[in-house]
Amino acid sequence: MGFDIRLPIGMMFSVFGVLVGGYGAATRGGEMYTRHSLGINVNLWWGIVMLMFGVGMLLLARRGSSAVRKAASRPAAESLKDRIVK
Amino acid sequence: MRPHPHWVDYSVIGIYFTFVLGIGFVLKKYMKTSTDFFLSGRSIPAWITGLAFLSANLGAQEVIGMGASGAKYGIATSHFYWVGAIPAMVFVGIFMMPFYYGSRARSVPEYLKLRFDEKTRGLNAISFAVMTVFSSGVSMYAMGKLLQLLLGWNFNAAIIVSALIVLAYTFLGGLTSAIYNEVLQFFLIVIGFIPLVFLGLKDVGGWDGLKTRIGNDAMVHSWKYLGSPSANPMGVEWFGMLMGLGFVLSFGYWCTDFLVVQRAMAADSMTSARRTPLIAAFPKMLFPFLVILPGMIAGVVSAESMGGSISGDVSANVPASAGAASVAQPAASGGISLEGGKGIIPPKLDESGKPLIKDGKTVLDYDLATPMMLVRYFPSGLLGLGLCALMASFMSGMAGNTTAFNSVWTYDIYQGYINKSASDQHYLWMGRAATVFGLTISVAAAYVAREFNNIMDVLQLVFAFVNAPLFATFLLGMFWKRATGNGAFCGLLGGTAAAAVHHGLTLPAGSGPGVKGGFLGLVVHRYPSEMAQNFWTAIFAWTTCFTVTILISLLTKPRPDAELKGLVYALTARPKDEGLSWYQKPAVLAVVVLTVLVVLNWVFW
Repeated sequence: MGFDIRLPIGMMFSVFGVLVGGYGAATRGGEMYTRHSLGINVNLWWGIVMLMFGVGMLLLARRGSSAVRKAASRPAAESLKDRIVK
Repeated sequence: MRPHPHWVDYSVIGIYFTFVLGIGFVLKKYMKTSTDFFLSGRSIPAWITGLAFLSANLGAQEVIGMGASGAKYGIATSHFYWVGAIPAMVFVGIFMMPFYYGSRARSVPEYLKLRFDEKTRGLNAISFAVMTVFSSGVSMYAMGKLLQLLLGWNFNAAIIVSALIVLAYTFLGGLTSAIYNEVLQFFLIVIGFIPLVFLGLKDVGGWDGLKTRIGNDAMVHSWKYLGSPSANPMGVEWFGMLMGLGFVLSFGYWCTDFLVVQRAMAADSMTSARRTPLIAAFPKMLFPFLVILPGMIAGVVSAESMGGSISGDVSANVPASAGAASVAQPAASGGISLEGGKGIIPPKLDESGKPLIKDGKTVLDYDLATPMMLVRYFPSGLLGLGLCALMASFMSGMAGNTTAFNSVWTYDIYQGYINKSASDQHYLWMGRAATVFGLTISVAAAYVAREFNNIMDVLQLVFAFVNAPLFATFLLGMFWKRATGNGAFCGLLGGTAAAAVHHGLTLPAGSGPGVKGGFLGLVVHRYPSEMAQNFWTAIFAWTTCFTVTILISLLTKPRPDAELKGLVYALTARPKDEGLSWYQKPAVLAVVVLTVLVVLNWVFW
């Protein structure tokens, strides 16, 4: 019911990816990476991963909504019958 | 350490809250009937209900608690998952869902009414409603306390803000809102914790490095040392663990707790409902790596880079930090001192702010293990994500409790006893009202927990007594058509009483009479640990309920078969899984899950 849940998930992680990844890019070589994450710029790397995940979700959502449109055109009575266990 | 979150961190958290509320607002217009509000119109696809099933259970007790257990007991904590959850999840999916979903019951207590009688339903509904609302309160309290300790955030603000957010989205979008947000929270927790495990393991030299640093073989094996209680840190032996945790407690929770079962009831078909717990089982099996490992690592990682205490920003952290465990200005600077702690786990503090000592040893604040890991390894940016994941786990627990409460209140208590035939719109209105007063009671419970720590312990104990026998009732109800309402009711009462009596007559090692047991004046047995005592209480409670239910059922009149169609195994058609590819069928999923389970247990033997 409602809207495709992959939309907000995709959007949120894409935004996170850009925000955190961008911050990571802006603070490259910063002292805080040595102090915390063993010298690795986790913000940048994980930001990229999150962005990929977010975009992936959005693509799945777009593909999914076309599938929903096909399903909606099937006769309603038939799909209801499939769902009831006799 | 009072780490100062950066604007990036606050932005991440703010964005998350915006999405959470946004989902609620968008879903409001779809909430037309009470079925929409309480059961999502039974229209949610299996992958979503599956992840929600898992996530609703994933409260902070899990993320924080498993980290704490990992630090204390090591990888044997995985038993809570690999013995204590997965088999039950497989069982409920394959064998019990046909009755929950097929009976069209709108709640677990309603199934009991359909199968047994009104008084059994009432007992379950009332005890569940009270339990769930107080659980929510305890969650809020734990979160408020944590955020205050870790970040200096105002306790009241943390509680009120989180309660308002959960209130807003559950009020507007009902169960669907809760479910969608639970899926969001699931991804957030996974994505938030993977880098933590990666960095932590890298720092200690991988699993082998971790094993070496821990130095205690019993902490890195899950079964090897369960031969006797004295051989492992948990103080349990395999039988008590298998029967107490593996069977009674875990089946008691996963098979009867409406909080999780509700998510499966919202599924779009019988097959989806059956697949829901199975789909949830896959990520559940891998969660030990996400939540237990950070706890284990926290105990052995050097506190050096944190200067022996955690304080504000870089400038304050500078002085002679290398190994300076003597730097200790806890309360004054408002930070957390690691002096006297283990690794980066700080000691528990007594009222005067000094480390608490018991039996000559410093008591550690294990609950801080995972949060300390976040603070240690995450720079600003990722720190916001980590804190978000932590808050998400608290809030998903709260929302789950809220939606379960408002359904049980409206359908079982209100419609069951107070107003039996009002319009659907009236019940929808009542559901929304219940969301409001349910959360209000939870907030009150959070403050009670803060004032009277012991009362909460007593409450948790009472709830454990009530939960332990439940699975016996459902098992007999679903698989033995001869079970009667009187039998079920007496069984539940008997089982709860047995739990209380067992607890009252036994004590764990090192404890005095009181909340820990022995309150009936006589101590018949001393258990090697609290956990062992809990497992055996559960075993006694279950066995008593099982026996009493059978005995009383045989002495009372059963209902005619026609009334029990669809509610009992012998009188229900086997579900058919048509239209599914072979790898989607519940039976196949179950076999795969169980195989992976055996492999995991074997690897960490």
